[in-house]
Amino acid sequence: MANEVILLDFWPSPFGMRVRIALAEKGVKYEYRDEDLRNKSPLLLQMNPIHKKIPVLIHNGRPVCESLVAVQYVDEAWNDKSPLLPSDPYQRAQARFWADFVDKKIYDIGKKTWATKGEELEAAKKEFIDALKLLEVELGNKPYFGGETIGYVDVVLIPFYCWFYAYETCGNFSIEPECPVLIAWAKRCMQKESISESLPDQQKVYEFVLMMRKNLGIE
Amino acid sequence: MAEEEVKVFRTWSSPFPLRVIWALKLKGVEFDTVYEDLSNKSPLLLQYNPVHKKVPVLLHNGKPICESLVILEYVDERWKQFPLLPQDPHERAKARFWAKFGDDKVLQTMRMDVLLKQGKEQEEAIVSTIENLKYLEEELKGKKFFGGETIGLVDIALGWLAYHFNVVEEIIGVKLIEQQKFPLLVAWMQEFSNIPTIQDSWPPRDKLFDRYASFRKAALGEHTPK
Repeated sequence: MANEVILLDFWPSPFGMRVRIALAEKGVKYEYRDEDLRNKSPLLLQMNPIHKKIPVLIHNGRPVCESLVAVQYVDEAWNDKSPLLPSDPYQRAQARFWADFVDKKIYDIGKKTWATKGEELEAAKKEFIDALKLLEVELGNKPYFGGETIGYVDVVLIPFYCWFYAYETCGNFSIEPECPVLIAWAKRCMQKESISESLPDQQKVYEFVLMMRKNLGIE
Repeated sequence: MAEEEVKVFRTWSSPFPLRVIWALKLKGVEFDTVYEDLSNKSPLLLQYNPVHKKVPVLLHNGKPICESLVILEYVDERWKQFPLLPQDPHERAKARFWAKFGDDKVLQTMRMDVLLKQGKEQEEAIVSTIENLKYLEEELKGKKFFGGETIGLVDIALGWLAYHFNVVEEIIGVKLIEQQKFPLLVAWMQEFSNIPTIQDSWPPRDKLFDRYASFRKAALGEHTPK
């Protein structure tokens, strides 16, 4: 049976990157399609009529929307190698908890580090570092959140690493002195091809953020 | 076989811990309940959920699990009877999608913007909620429950629509889930509520009304029109 996999995505999206990494980890061959979000393709609108957002994973014509849902789907549909979620239910629950934490905190607060100024910016920077520090505690002295190999939380969190340079430059702060363990983890992740091939260059992301700031009329 | 110790930290009113209660009851799992007063959180709650400091927390043999949807998947994996999620990966993905949709797009809007705001902000929230309810109505086509013939994860996640939602409607004096517009959703609400486990677990309605009414009053200050 033919396995047709299409990923509707947008190159700087950390959510899209999650699915790219998951597919790469599983060795799945797929067609990557970059969307112009100001001019969404008919396929995107058809496959994700409710949210009209990327990423959308289309497997044999059937869509899977929402990045965490899609990563779990990839893990379950291609369960012959590189499991992303652990097998023990308690550890799976912990992984899901921390993935949910990343979703609740990192994107929105991270956005504030490049989209706000003054007091709001200062508060956002503090909240951002606090959230990263909690993740550092969860990581502990494991090489990856998944233990000896990368797992669900690694896949969910690492895409934001290519946005750190933009956050730091726009927000005028430095993450590594505050979170050395997390940055060491990120660099370790970037050694993996499935991750380094799925993340765009941080300079390109920064230029994209500058363009967004301009469009939003910031500074 | 070792004794299983299962405890649920909950409040009497919140729909989130109620999901966990339903799941455990449907699966016939024995458990203890710890009622929390969120204005005076117990040291145990803060110890078991230091990150969010919220209910529900499920404590299983001394190990805590937090976040209601995470707990539901854990419960489903630990106790296999009365499965909440289907086996097929694509069907599982759909269930997860709808559970998230309910929380992000309907529940959030109802308890925050519809209940706690007024004027244009509230109107826009009502319009948005109705738009999103239409998607749920559509999803019920040809099905008795979101889970199919029997209830599943999505029914449990959306269960608050069958009870708490109406309390908000009554307080704001606006009916969003009208029979004509949402015949399938109304039918589902009745079927869902008719399940004995569900029926037996609802919080007292008058107390819930008072609680939500006080939230609205507090949010709007002195100038509550109703």
